Amino acid sequence: MSDVKKTVRAFITTNFMLGAEVTLGDSDSLLQLQIVDSTGFLELVNFLESHYGLKVADDEMVPENLESIDNIEQFVARKLGHN
Amino acid sequence: MAKLPNLDYAAEAERICERLRDVTFNSLRRRGLVVAMSGGIDSSASVALAVRALGADKVFGLLLPERDSSGEASKLGRLLAEHLGVRYVLQDISQTLEAIGCYAAQDEVLRKVLPGFGPEWKFKLVLSTAMGGKVGITRVVAHDPEGRQHEQRLTAADYLQIVAATNFKQRIRKTLEYFHADRLHYAVVGTPNRLEYDQGFFVKNGDGAADVKPIAHLFKSHVYGMAKFLGLPAAIVDTTPTTDTFSLSQGQDEFYFGLPYPQMDLALWHFNAGRSAAELAQELGCEVAVAEQRYENIRVKRRTTSYLHAAPVLVVPVPEIDLG
Repeated sequence: MSDVKKTVRAFITTNFMLGAEVTLGDSDSLLQLQIVDSTGFLELVNFLESHYGLKVADDEMVPENLESIDNIEQFVARKLGHN
Repeated sequence: MAKLPNLDYAAEAERICERLRDVTFNSLRRRGLVVAMSGGIDSSASVALAVRALGADKVFGLLLPERDSSGEASKLGRLLAEHLGVRYVLQDISQTLEAIGCYAAQDEVLRKVLPGFGPEWKFKLVLSTAMGGKVGITRVVAHDPEGRQHEQRLTAADYLQIVAATNFKQRIRKTLEYFHADRLHYAVVGTPNRLEYDQGFFVKNGDGAADVKPIAHLFKSHVYGMAKFLGLPAAIVDTTPTTDTFSLSQGQDEFYFGLPYPQMDLALWHFNAGRSAAELAQELGCEVAVAEQRYENIRVKRRTTSYLHAAPVLVVPVPEIDLG
């Protein structure tokens, strides 16, 4: 598992999955599984911004970038210029 | 644009009034009703129905403006109270809100996100959606004293602090409503319409708290129709709904629903009737994908605001106490 996946998964598990009985796959939708709501989503964006020193624009808040751990990993890599 | 099915306002008013009498006198065993009057259409229709049901001498009105209220709200509230002939008091709650820390908590966030923010600035919150309509994003929009506009997306923590601070307004109002209800042995009327009740647009233990909610089943368009049927002054019936919570005027659509109320009414009505997104799209004149997003937004709001409706949960039931 990549570092980004590990870090994001740890953040999600610690903050949004208290008492949750679902298992979260890397390609699972965080919204469809109701793991994050609007507030949680903004917290996740804030975490990505502060942890990776990047800025998420409004028009980047789309499912292709942030729907799942897989998508987040790719998005962070693109933002950091690794892809 | 399409409209909701017509309502028989005379029959509906009769049904509501009959129920209000029964609930007040028999279920709640109180002698009258207290209604906070914001000057908006919902509280205006509610107080008019209360007067029709119980008589003006058994209804007590409250006008509770604060620092960020428009002067128009109190003017309309007073106009209505005098039109209906109900007793009322006007009490500015700004000092109470100041003392409890409402404005300090709100301004702390605003000073952080808007460099130069000061007492002369005016602001409001504006909602947009992201992630295909599944997520709400809130921005603060402010005007500085020179008239320049500033905009900033709020982080979750900042958004929650502003909402928590402004929720003081509804909760202090409710405290005063219950003060008057207690001293008069009256019950408190809650004034949400169906959109607000269904979609969770209220403050828990604030405007969401009440003993009876006479128009919670009526769509907003029907509340306007009811207000007209009840003969309320044109100045009230012709108002555009605002939240009257922030210093810049803020439409309810831009803060919460994301659609003007006639369209939101139609969306919820179609959704409840089990109509397809394609049928809604035809009515609204929009793309099917937009109508689908609207339906998804209704589902999400119901789910995420269920906490606001929830009564206190007992760990172990106490069957001797029947709340039914």
